[in-house]
Amino acid sequence: MNRYAIKMLFGDSAKFYGILLGLGFASLLIAQQASIFVGLMSRTFAFIGEVGHVDLWVFDPTQSYVDEPKPLRTTALERVRGVTGVEWAAPLYKGLLVATLPDGSRQVCDVIGIDDDTLAGGPVEVVAGSLADLRQPDAVMVEVGSSQQQLRFPAELAPGTVPAPGQVFRRGDPKRSVEIGDIIELNEHRARVVGLVKCSETFVAAPTLYTVYSRAITFAPPTRRVMSAVLVTAVPGTDITTLAQRIRDETGLEAMPPHDYAMRTLSYWMKETGIPINFGIAIALGFFVGVAIAGQMFYNFTLDNLRYFGAFKAMGASTWRLLSMVALQALVAGVLGLGLGLGAVSAFGLNAAGGKLAFKMLWQIPLIAAVAVLVICILASVISMWKVVRLDPADVFKGA
Amino acid sequence: MNTARDNTDTRSTDRAIAIRLRKVEKTFGKGESAVRALRGIDLDIPAGELTMLVGPSGCGKTTLISILAGLLSRDAGDMTVFGTDLATLRRDRLAAWRRDNVGFIFQQFNLVPQLTVAENVSVPLVLKGESVAAAVRKSAELLATLGLEGRDQSAPLKLSGGQQQRVAIARALIHDPRLLVCDEPTSALDAELGRRVMELIRGRSTSPDRAVVVVTHDDRIYNLADSIAHVNDGKIDQLTRVAREASAPATP
Repeated sequence: MNRYAIKMLFGDSAKFYGILLGLGFASLLIAQQASIFVGLMSRTFAFIGEVGHVDLWVFDPTQSYVDEPKPLRTTALERVRGVTGVEWAAPLYKGLLVATLPDGSRQVCDVIGIDDDTLAGGPVEVVAGSLADLRQPDAVMVEVGSSQQQLRFPAELAPGTVPAPGQVFRRGDPKRSVEIGDIIELNEHRARVVGLVKCSETFVAAPTLYTVYSRAITFAPPTRRVMSAVLVTAVPGTDITTLAQRIRDETGLEAMPPHDYAMRTLSYWMKETGIPINFGIAIALGFFVGVAIAGQMFYNFTLDNLRYFGAFKAMGASTWRLLSMVALQALVAGVLGLGLGLGAVSAFGLNAAGGKLAFKMLWQIPLIAAVAVLVICILASVISMWKVVRLDPADVFKGA
Repeated sequence: MNTARDNTDTRSTDRAIAIRLRKVEKTFGKGESAVRALRGIDLDIPAGELTMLVGPSGCGKTTLISILAGLLSRDAGDMTVFGTDLATLRRDRLAAWRRDNVGFIFQQFNLVPQLTVAENVSVPLVLKGESVAAAVRKSAELLATLGLEGRDQSAPLKLSGGQQQRVAIARALIHDPRLLVCDEPTSALDAELGRRVMELIRGRSTSPDRAVVVVTHDDRIYNLADSIAHVNDGKIDQLTRVAREASAPATP
């Protein structure tokens, strides 16, 4: 009878597609919103992952997350270097500075200053130029995505040139991408583009510029505390946890492995902002829309077929047999609806890959969507099953 | 109609009794709203015969066939169907008994529109555990004998009313049941078609170890019965034995 149950499901095409769309939409909404949420949350600590091999991050103990550094005194670097077990320690600058473009437009940029000597903390991928070029005077490297969007130059301005006296650019003039040699005014300091880099999107939606630490602090407004963090590599064989504790004890600063720092950052965004609640509402909405649409459709489908189930019952089908037919119909609709929804989400994800949209579908997300769809199907079918259980086979003679 | 009257609740017949009911009662609801649908039914339905239950709407005909087909339980009285007291069977055993022993023809046909004609007919066999392929093959063969050759893969709703009724008959007969229960089998058919359908039912089912019970309002087919039980207000008012000139039933 299972085969006939499937045929009954597929045969009622209007309701079948309605159920499929309901479940597909629910799984789409659940998986897509969850993936965007994960993508967005991943960006909150993406910068920590961008920094290459580092055993510990040392920062102000009151700092909650990586994008809001609380500056340290420069002496902190030497204090950290003095802790036993530290092989090397490098300063890191991270701050928002205003860039002025040749057409006079201004753009807030996320400026990263990495260690002059080791270039530790630099971007993972250099698209054009060489990381060593950062040691040239006024050198900065621009994140390639920003170079094509927020930091576009007037097209008529040749790379490496500055506007002629009296040359004026207007808002609607044609634009081009930033190229090597272009000059940017960064917080009223001259900065010359020596390369393009690729890095993960961070939560701060500002163009990312890399330079060396010593130059970054000249770009930054003059204050006593400018260093954002100290990056530490341990002497081989040193226990990282012990070293972190030692740094905490001896400097009064916080020291954490990158993963722990990432979790601290994530925890801040999860607990202190409304983002999880907002996405949670969207996901719950997807679930309830699924229950409402698919559940209603499935219930109506069962109601429409109740007289046939009644006939089967009269002909000797056991209640369990009928329930298994309803359950199979719900399961098949669920699997197909889930596939439809996840397929759409995957297509969405592929389309969003590499773009500005935060999207990260962990393997757990399809699983969560599958569980949600399963729950929807169970809820929908339980109500239908109840009608089948209560079905009196004698009703088939009532001509209903 | 050539009939002979017998006002007793049992008849002198040389046939074995297929279904025996004694003082069977059934009440729906409780208290003041209770409805006594059957008020002590006494009835013997001989094997090898076609018995019609007739009477006004609400008289208890449907309740009576529901009870003797094992779809409803009686409240009081005794009943055996081919020697089995259905009250002794648990729900699952009762379903299995219906599956093995009863064929149903419903007033509304109840053919599943999403299944083909052959698949609809095959349902009783599939319920008995036969493979779908074998059941469908047997169904196609039976349909051919009922004049529906080549229609086994059609959708039921694409058939005429008469053809749908023949499909319903095929579904009722496919598993060779001992008891055939028909609820208003001719109500949706014109006179000629209704007559042919009843002749078909007679021809297929009235062998010595079987019985047919038909609920009907259609007096045009009364002469195809062996006996007619007049039900009124939950009781058998009158039992009419139909004297048949020829025993040979019509062929489909």
